[in-house]
Amino acid sequence: MTKCSKDALRCDNSCGGDNCVKQRTKCALLIKSAASTAGIGAVPASRTVSCWMRPEVWTGPASPPSPSSSLICRYQDPEPADLSMEEESDTRKINNSFLRDHNYATEADIISTVEFNSSGELLATGDKGGRVVVFQREQESKSQPQRRGEYNVYSTFQSHEPEFDYLKSLEIEEKINKIKWLPQQNAAYFLLSTNDKTVKLWKISERDKRPEGYNLKDEDGRIKDPSTITSLRVPVLQPMDLMVEATARRVFSNAHTYHINSISVNSDLQTFISTDDLRVNLWNLEITDRSFNIVDIKPANMEELTEVITSAEFHPQQCHTFAYSSSKGSIRLCDMRQAALCDKHCKYFEEPEDPSTRSFFSEIISSISDVKFSHNGRYLMTRDYLTVKVWDLQMENKPLETYQVHDYLRGKLCSLYENDCIFDKFECVWNGSDSVIMTGSYNNFFRMFDRNTKRDVTLEASRENSKPRAILKPRKVCVGGKRRKDEISVDSLDFSKKILHTTWHPHENIIAVAATNNLYIFQDKVN
Amino acid sequence: MAGADGDDSLYPIAVLIDELRNEDVQLRLNSIKKLSTIALALGVERTRTELLPFLTDTIYDEDEVLLALAEQLGNFTMLVGGPEYVHCLLPPLESLATVEETVVRDKAVESLRKISQEHSPVDLEVHFEPLVKRLASGDWFTSRTSACGLFSVCYPRVSSTVKAEIRQHFRTLCSDDTPMVRRAAASKLGEFAKVLELDYVKSDIISLFTALASDEQDSVRLLAVEACVSIATLLPQEDLETLVMPTLRQAAEDKSWRVRYMVADKFSELQKAVGPEITKNDLVPAFQNLLKDCEAEVRAAAANKVKEFCENLPEDNREQIIMTHILPCVKELVSDTNQHVKSALASVIMGLSTILGKDNTIEHLLPLFLAQLKDECPEVRLNIISNLDCVNEVIGIRQLSQSLLPAIVELAEDAKWRVRLAIIEYMPLLAGQLGVEFFDEKLNTLCMAWLIDHVYAIREAATCNLMKLVEKFGAEWAQNTIVPKVLGMANDPNYLHRMTTFFPLKLLDLLPHQALSEACGQEITTKQMLPVVLKMSNDQVANVRFNVAKSLQKIGPVLDSNALQTEVKPVLEKLASDTDMDVKYFAQEAISGECLSSSTIVDKLNT
Repeated sequence: MTKCSKDALRCDNSCGGDNCVKQRTKCALLIKSAASTAGIGAVPASRTVSCWMRPEVWTGPASPPSPSSSLICRYQDPEPADLSMEEESDTRKINNSFLRDHNYATEADIISTVEFNSSGELLATGDKGGRVVVFQREQESKSQPQRRGEYNVYSTFQSHEPEFDYLKSLEIEEKINKIKWLPQQNAAYFLLSTNDKTVKLWKISERDKRPEGYNLKDEDGRIKDPSTITSLRVPVLQPMDLMVEATARRVFSNAHTYHINSISVNSDLQTFISTDDLRVNLWNLEITDRSFNIVDIKPANMEELTEVITSAEFHPQQCHTFAYSSSKGSIRLCDMRQAALCDKHCKYFEEPEDPSTRSFFSEIISSISDVKFSHNGRYLMTRDYLTVKVWDLQMENKPLETYQVHDYLRGKLCSLYENDCIFDKFECVWNGSDSVIMTGSYNNFFRMFDRNTKRDVTLEASRENSKPRAILKPRKVCVGGKRRKDEISVDSLDFSKKILHTTWHPHENIIAVAATNNLYIFQDKVN
Repeated sequence: MAGADGDDSLYPIAVLIDELRNEDVQLRLNSIKKLSTIALALGVERTRTELLPFLTDTIYDEDEVLLALAEQLGNFTMLVGGPEYVHCLLPPLESLATVEETVVRDKAVESLRKISQEHSPVDLEVHFEPLVKRLASGDWFTSRTSACGLFSVCYPRVSSTVKAEIRQHFRTLCSDDTPMVRRAAASKLGEFAKVLELDYVKSDIISLFTALASDEQDSVRLLAVEACVSIATLLPQEDLETLVMPTLRQAAEDKSWRVRYMVADKFSELQKAVGPEITKNDLVPAFQNLLKDCEAEVRAAAANKVKEFCENLPEDNREQIIMTHILPCVKELVSDTNQHVKSALASVIMGLSTILGKDNTIEHLLPLFLAQLKDECPEVRLNIISNLDCVNEVIGIRQLSQSLLPAIVELAEDAKWRVRLAIIEYMPLLAGQLGVEFFDEKLNTLCMAWLIDHVYAIREAATCNLMKLVEKFGAEWAQNTIVPKVLGMANDPNYLHRMTTFFPLKLLDLLPHQALSEACGQEITTKQMLPVVLKMSNDQVANVRFNVAKSLQKIGPVLDSNALQTEVKPVLEKLASDTDMDVKYFAQEAISGECLSSSTIVDKLNT
């Protein structure tokens, strides 16, 4: 296994290919894993939680929508939302019939990240085609008060293009791995987007005036005879239809040998970190030609590689603290005040392994796919394959809370390994007050856990089940035995419909859930 | 008005105005750079009423256009009608002061500061000060950061009530929610303190300074260190201890290495600002701690300051302080684990010898130099070697030569060509210090070996080096030691080595008076070099042959016309009918050049 991981990493380094990331993680994770039978844990009895969600659906565009078509985001029609306006009607029909099947979605349309900005007024998604779509919340209007909360497309732009690294003979995908908003600094909005290698800073700004009046051309744009120019004319700015522009302000490149898995903006609003499998780099937002490597876990000899970094995030208030998670299930907290290089952590969070549940898959399923600080900065949340854990920053030896996301899969790990699902990287989010956490699962299910009442709920994001303004019904998965009405059997779960990316409005109960090429926005029931 | 000038003169202006909004950034930029021409053509009235409103709304443009605009507007006072109307420039600069791009904002602030001087005291209060207030209480932090840079220019020229308001605004910004604004305020704190009355410095600035220096964000705290320097220079000596020193002490021991780094980096300035007494009592121990800091970056910054700090110590007990307090720390740094620390130290440590004098240098510093000459990191050794002249003045280089030689030889043979290149560049310096005898004995072979190094850059640098040596040691030395060896290479089996023979000649181009042939003079050139060069015209490698042509062209001017006619010309003519295209080309070049140069020589002889 060790050898395998080394080869995979080398391969990533030199010749590489699409499968390398997964391949590498797979191998790195399997190191030292002992083969034993998988134990089946108890499935927690999910209680009924009154549902407060109403759905809103948006489908990834087959082609980037033109800025003029203002209301692209809409409630689901009985007919699937049709966005490819340009196409011939015949083809459209065929497409429509396919639309019901998620497999129709071209690879490029699959949403790969989703993120609210700090006010919650904007929501950005990135997809595998390198596009970023920004949604803006509809302003309160007297005529249609119920429309408040609807998110409409605000700006769409191509953030990354596929590239080829000629020195390493390596294809660089355009897929957007992460998007992070910067706190608003003037009337424009700024976000960072990243693919495997390059981080870009985008400015999204509005323009509602344009200059009018030429000296050398008349009103119709015809060139005037120079001899007829008898006086000078200064252009005047006239109001025009609102135009939203996205411009790339900075490109932070050439700093990562491996694939970037996360980016995080510091609370000092001056720096950010970008993290790949083995290193964390610190950048100044204004300087693109240099970055500082602050964590490097690459061993001198790649054969000794036992773990990779899976995610990293800055503390929301303390500008000197950041945490990074590893494929071995541990989280390290680093203090940048202590030293310029943070190879030595100041806190190490890890739960001792329970020998009774140890199996061949133990190490793989304990790999942390996401780490998030709570808004108040007291807790850390981590997601591994089967659970979400909440850690108190003051307690390193065990998590404060552990929530089972889909424990019923414990018995199916073998087949999940076969179909590679075991390497899916689920993300997790806090609500605005840190009292509820949310994370995704399979079969278009996503889970919410209320930390105070200890209640949890499974909900489904799908076109079939969520009519506009309908209230979401809790779903239940049953394991073996008799299947009651409304329950779904573990064996009939669709593992290709996975919800990996979700985000929660920073102040309100509005969530956005990315299910392959569909974006669902649910919000608190409006009276 | 320009309208009366007729169509011919209007047309170019019309083009410029239209290009203000051209699709091409470069054209817009050109047009903005000629904004004064446009304004002049429009006249002051239309500039105020039409051009400036248009420019106020162009903030959508590219950074470079905005930057040029911000700069232009700073020089626009006369174009809007003189100081009376200068306030018309405020709206466009105000909008530029809120853009997100720091360079543009900074330039807008710079221009605002400039035109603030052109405001009358009344206008300053009526127009400028309200603008500062608007920026200071703006919604976005970009405008608030810009405001920080404007307080100091309007404060001295406004009434006392407005002054109180300005102080209040500055206070508010120092405790702003966003670290961006606090950083901007902290970086302008010193500047603002300078224009404040001393009483307010003590009552207001000190409390702000203390607050910023204990900010929760280290990025803010480290800027307070800079402010510390300017505040300390403003205060009378007796107040420093109570008002500034507690904060400075705290900064020197800050939890965050970045703050300590800043203290180390600003140490010389701080030392000058607080005066000799506090330096002795407080800064010496603080400096010792910085030299022993746990973070290598801090140690390196402090090590860089060792010489400057020692130089600026009060003369009366300088030697004693250095010997008892600083030198022990320096000794430890010589064997530091971090190579950046060691090389920072190596770049300044030699300077201590002039301060400490001959005896101390021999007793205490020499062992350190020798240890550093044996350091595993080439950069450390190079830094020591490059500063040899300081020591030479004090104790003479002989003391070092025993260790110096192995260090040089090792660097000269380093596997990294950049290291070899660096040592070659120090060769002329070393030769000067060591003297010709020592050089011939120990280093000459090295210099020759570099001529056949497998890296081109080294071979090239080696020739440059030879030329400098010839200049130093004279033509006779060259004839005896260098020329035979260089010419000997004409028979080398490797054509690349044979080509090295031409290097000294080729460089005639770049360094007209330093090339070997010129340095050696006509005698050597004609008698020794020319035959070899001519012989090489029969070389079987074309590269060598065309280099013969090129060299002949260059040594032409030093040869007498007889040699030119009888020896050079036939060879060039032969080469001009060579089978190789390049050889032919260069030979023809040389022939036409030759005629020129020979004729100039003839001219010279005739006159």
